[in-house]
Amino acid sequence: MAQLTQPIPSAGPRHSTTSPRTTRRRRRSGSAGGQQKAGPIAYVLLILATLVSLFPLYWTVVAASRTGTEVITPPSPLLPGSHLVENLKIVWNQVDMTKALINSTIVAGCVAVSTVLFATLAGFAFAKLQFRGRNALLTLVVATMTIPPQLTVIPLYQIITKVGWVGHIQSVILPSLVAAFGVFFMRQFLSEALPVELVEAARVDGAHSLRIIWHVVFPIARPGMAVLGMLVFVQSWNDFFWPFIALNQQNPTVQVALQGLGSGDHTINQAVVVCGALVATLPLLLVFAVLGRQIVGGITAGAVKN
Amino acid sequence: MATSVRATSDGSPRSSRTDPSTNRKSGDNGPPGGWRAKAYRLDTKASPYAYIAPFFLCFAAFGLFPLIYTGWLSFHQVELGTHANWVGLRNYTALWDNSFFWTALRNTFTLGVISTVPQLMMALGLAHLLNYQMRARGFFRVAILAPYATSIAAATLVFIQLFNPDYGMINQVLDHIGIGDVQWASSKWPAQIAISSIVTWRWTGYNALIYLAAMQAVPADLYEAAALDGASRWRQFISVTIPSIRPTIFFTIIVSTIGATQLFGEPLMFGGNVGVSGGSDHQYQTLSLYMYDKGWQVGELGQASAVAWVMLLILLLIGAVQFLVIRSNRRKLGS
Repeated sequence: MAQLTQPIPSAGPRHSTTSPRTTRRRRRSGSAGGQQKAGPIAYVLLILATLVSLFPLYWTVVAASRTGTEVITPPSPLLPGSHLVENLKIVWNQVDMTKALINSTIVAGCVAVSTVLFATLAGFAFAKLQFRGRNALLTLVVATMTIPPQLTVIPLYQIITKVGWVGHIQSVILPSLVAAFGVFFMRQFLSEALPVELVEAARVDGAHSLRIIWHVVFPIARPGMAVLGMLVFVQSWNDFFWPFIALNQQNPTVQVALQGLGSGDHTINQAVVVCGALVATLPLLLVFAVLGRQIVGGITAGAVKN
Repeated sequence: MATSVRATSDGSPRSSRTDPSTNRKSGDNGPPGGWRAKAYRLDTKASPYAYIAPFFLCFAAFGLFPLIYTGWLSFHQVELGTHANWVGLRNYTALWDNSFFWTALRNTFTLGVISTVPQLMMALGLAHLLNYQMRARGFFRVAILAPYATSIAAATLVFIQLFNPDYGMINQVLDHIGIGDVQWASSKWPAQIAISSIVTWRWTGYNALIYLAAMQAVPADLYEAAALDGASRWRQFISVTIPSIRPTIFFTIIVSTIGATQLFGEPLMFGGNVGVSGGSDHQYQTLSLYMYDKGWQVGELGQASAVAWVMLLILLLIGAVQFLVIRSNRRKLGS
């Protein structure tokens, strides 16, 4: 669900006179309240939650490295097998995974770069510049997040049919070049991270606003831009509804290829299907393994860290 | 554009207290009416609009225009590549008379409830746990967010295996503890539960982290005071934590509701070859699937547009109800 990445609300009451750092210090000194030490029950529950979260991922690896018969013969295997390479070969035989991976990388890359760029510009304007209608326009931006993609796909599909873009990846890239979520995210980030004095000082020095953006806003916004970029990349990589309609099996993204694999016209080998799911997920899981803490930090900070 | 009155009153953007100094400075560079000052004024007045323009242009082209056009189409009989014929409300009355539409509406509602409610409650509990001071906190946070990195397609394909009635691991476990096999695909409620579990699995961790962010902003003094008053941890959670993060909770409820209304990929892929109809008996066909069915399988784009607009109306209705609830809540808090 939530095809729009769920926005990160710093809607929480942020009347904190204590900065995060002092809170942490206080927590360490063991004061009362929500920062209490975890008891054994908390650990047990969290370990359970972790198992539920990670088990399907682990099992994906198990099933992807087994034969089709092993997967559909109870009791289900619990340890990885040795058929991974063969399954990968069958995946590549049945769908054009190379093309799908390249397409997904291009789509998610373009969408992430353009969203981050435009969202930073708009976020800066909303956070630090005064102009008529600012609040109304910002409300409008947030309101657009509630429009479901279902309401736009039919005309979009008619348009791309007319211009002959069905099955071409630009039909997936163009509609997602900017995102209201990104604008909102960068506004939250910049209203906290960018001191208005810096902008004013640059103005006093005679810098025009593009210069200010290049030399002041972008350097300060970089952590926020990085987190937003990762979130948008993940979301775009995983997007299903519109690519499923706009593309086809000849020129798919990974998700569309996966759908073809799962509902296959070919004999369905479940180990192969799961192997395809692994191929589609692995790039993101690798990103996650490396940058997981930053992504978590970006989400938990409510985009207002630093 | 810059009338002289406005130029002096809000010609310089940003906070008014720095107005004089900046104006003086830019005045130093040339005569007040010089090109520099003009360029400066133009820059400060027009550039904000230039920076937000890409979003609004894109939204107009790929959001607003299609939205309105879909509404226009919903009053027409139109198939792909054919001319649209005005049919008035016929698409809507056809929906009203179609039992599959009502089934889809009911399914969207039930699937939405059983995927959103447990998801957000568990997220709240998890956030509370993650807010404790503990070892390996970073690991736990990354681990519960990991499902967020999977896609609808991949997660659904994997869960199909786990939920398979014949060889799936879940029925094996149920067998083991003596509950017996559950027909996850063919019966209505088991299928809906299976689908909602995919949604819940993917989004619980994400929502938990959003709650955690809000919880960390709750001042520690509140807890200290509550503890002094003899409030137990549970009591503190109910009486301090929950009220303090109420805006965030409302926010996630709204976002999850929107997401649940659009449920598409999970039921589609869960059903495999009968996915578009939402199972052999339409038992989990959602409004989105019904719309796809009408638009791309049957080829009736007008009808599909009507379904899309019904979805918007439902969302607006839910939004209005939630807004009223939030407002009455605020009033209660105020009094």
